[in-house]
Amino acid sequence: MPATTEAALKRWTEQEYRWGFTTDIEADSAPPGLNEDIIHLISTKKKEPDWMLEWRLRSLRHWLTLKEPAWSNVHYPPIDYQNIVYYSAPKQMKRPERLEDVDPKLLETYKKLGIPLEEQKLLAGVAVDAVFDSVSVATTFKEKLAELGIIFCPFSQAVREHPDLVRKYLGTVVPYSDNFFASLNSAVFTDGSFVYVPKGVRCPMELSTYFRINAASTGQFERTLIIADEGAYVSYLEGCTAPMRDENQLHAAVVELVALDNATIKYSTIQNWYPGDADGKGGIYNFVTKRGKCLGRSSHISWTQVETGAAITWKYPSCLLIGDRSVGEFYSIALTKGRQQADTGTKMMHIGKDTRSTIVSKGISAGFGQNTYRGMVKINERAVGARNYTQCDSMLLGDKCGAHTFPYIQVGNNTAQMEHEATTSKIGEDQLFYCKQRGIGAEDAVNMIVNGFCREVFRELPMEFAVEAQKLLEVSLEGSVG
Amino acid sequence: MISAKQQESPILEVKDLHVAIEGHEILKGIDLQVNAGEVHSIMGPNGSGKSTLAQVLAGRDVYEVTRGEIIYKGKNLLDMAPEERACEGVFLAFQYPVGIPGVSTSYFLKTALNAMRKHRGEKELDAVDFLKIAKEKAKLVKMDERLLNRAINDGFSGGEKKRNEVFQLAVLEPALAILDETDSGLDIDALKIAASGVNCMRSSDRAFIVVTHYQRLLNYIVPDFVHVLVDGLIVKSGDKFLALELEEKGYSWIEQEAQRKQLATC
Repeated sequence: MPATTEAALKRWTEQEYRWGFTTDIEADSAPPGLNEDIIHLISTKKKEPDWMLEWRLRSLRHWLTLKEPAWSNVHYPPIDYQNIVYYSAPKQMKRPERLEDVDPKLLETYKKLGIPLEEQKLLAGVAVDAVFDSVSVATTFKEKLAELGIIFCPFSQAVREHPDLVRKYLGTVVPYSDNFFASLNSAVFTDGSFVYVPKGVRCPMELSTYFRINAASTGQFERTLIIADEGAYVSYLEGCTAPMRDENQLHAAVVELVALDNATIKYSTIQNWYPGDADGKGGIYNFVTKRGKCLGRSSHISWTQVETGAAITWKYPSCLLIGDRSVGEFYSIALTKGRQQADTGTKMMHIGKDTRSTIVSKGISAGFGQNTYRGMVKINERAVGARNYTQCDSMLLGDKCGAHTFPYIQVGNNTAQMEHEATTSKIGEDQLFYCKQRGIGAEDAVNMIVNGFCREVFRELPMEFAVEAQKLLEVSLEGSVG
Repeated sequence: MISAKQQESPILEVKDLHVAIEGHEILKGIDLQVNAGEVHSIMGPNGSGKSTLAQVLAGRDVYEVTRGEIIYKGKNLLDMAPEERACEGVFLAFQYPVGIPGVSTSYFLKTALNAMRKHRGEKELDAVDFLKIAKEKAKLVKMDERLLNRAINDGFSGGEKKRNEVFQLAVLEPALAILDETDSGLDIDALKIAASGVNCMRSSDRAFIVVTHYQRLLNYIVPDFVHVLVDGLIVKSGDKFLALELEEKGYSWIEQEAQRKQLATC
């Protein structure tokens, strides 16, 4: 990573910034359980307008009528939703004084990922001495975006400061009634990001380094809304390659994207939540609803994800291709090892004419990992000239893991062109031996083969992120091959 | 046949080598000495154990060595992992080179070369230095440079795969190069090019073992010794003229000769 000090500095300051705005919530928690009182409490604490409270309450009432979905190919003990604390102030963790006090295993991983020292401290929660002028960097960053009219702020701030925009778009992509976890999120979400890029503006920086460190303190129920107005462009990066430890076992986030005429949104995710121990104990349940709406003509939404963490991943970043000639893309790498389970994929709903979608999914299973691709491509009756290309590849390392593929295809008119390719390969003894015969050791050989397998997806990630993602896969695969 | 000087520098000594796969014996007592600067050809009918010998030398673990030993440059080769053998200079040009999607030939080979350089305590090459060497060697074996950017052996034609093996041989400069049926699947032009690539790699400190079913290749890579392998045993050794004799008469007379010998010893 180039200019590491500057980047670390920037990240540090942004964290300061974020903590800054959360301090208006007093350090107290609600009792466990979910009812209307709790919703009132959350809304009051966040000083929300009435419409927001109403929306939350409607969501809660709807959620109470729903049953947890059981159709996915993941298995976990029942979750007691009345035993979860839905509101608590930022946790006051006992902070290590020095980096030396942090779990050496964690530090070793940071080192392998090439994370700079200052940032390691931040991630590990070490109290950092602020020797640099943190305010000025954050200000420069904010000023630059403000000059262009770009709004980029915590969701709760947007609710207060940009209520018209939030009201116009919130729930228009993922309605509060969408599914069990989305309804839950709509009722109790605590924070997230809000982005608005005005007409014709190309966001000059990846909204990445900013968020990256914020991810260290993201809540359990995140809500993100990104709007790209006509002709706008934005690339948003979520997550972090460093292993994220969190006390909250259940994560149910919602992300909504809206692209108007000729607008482009690129959304990249690296998810590396704590996967649990060797027996799968203690890992994060990651139940996420991500959806983008290509509302405008020739609009473009592209999802790229690298999923290596969490005990359970349940996630289908999707595109509603409403505008004529709009384009949806989904590029995914999902790696499951140990006892991890992933049920992930996408939905491409072709509604407008001449809409196009591309799906490239790479699933890698090792250990006892179970990896499921579940995808739906639906071509509406009116979606004349729609095209889809799907490529769905699975790789198995070892013989105790599993790869599963559930593609659903519905074609409503006869002008559609559909292509579907799927492969399942076992990392071959032949490939390994070929590498070894050229002097390349087993571990390096596996890394090389897996990285080659994922190449098409890495290509879609911003350069710096791609390098980290490759390293992350290597670290994740360590010890997967005997 | 072997001069005193050459005897001083055996690269490879195979002694009474017995090899089985899933309990089935394939090699039944191979003796072979290969000295620096020599080219040995192993010929024989299908199923005689030629490829097994090549794979065992490279360290393929599906084969079980039940008896005998292999000494490489004075060290016990059987104690070494495949990657260690490679780093010590044992190279196998595969009969069926396997594809690795998404990994370019140049990246693959750079990783290989650097693994070997690291093993020898040499500085690893960066992409620029590597590319210089790679382009030079590609020219040497008349391989299209564009193959460097393609995923290794992925969608290569049979000829491209074999030429790529010879190209890797040229880049990695091993002490012992084993060519496993490098001629199969090649037309005569490609065969000549591959052979000329091998010929320019011949040197006084390098040895070759050329495994082949047909004599054809040996017109272009002229061996110092020819060994005929039948049913897991070297039944006849000679010089290049033995190969010609085989071409003319086929393998059956040698097989019969071997059977007679076996009967006599029973």
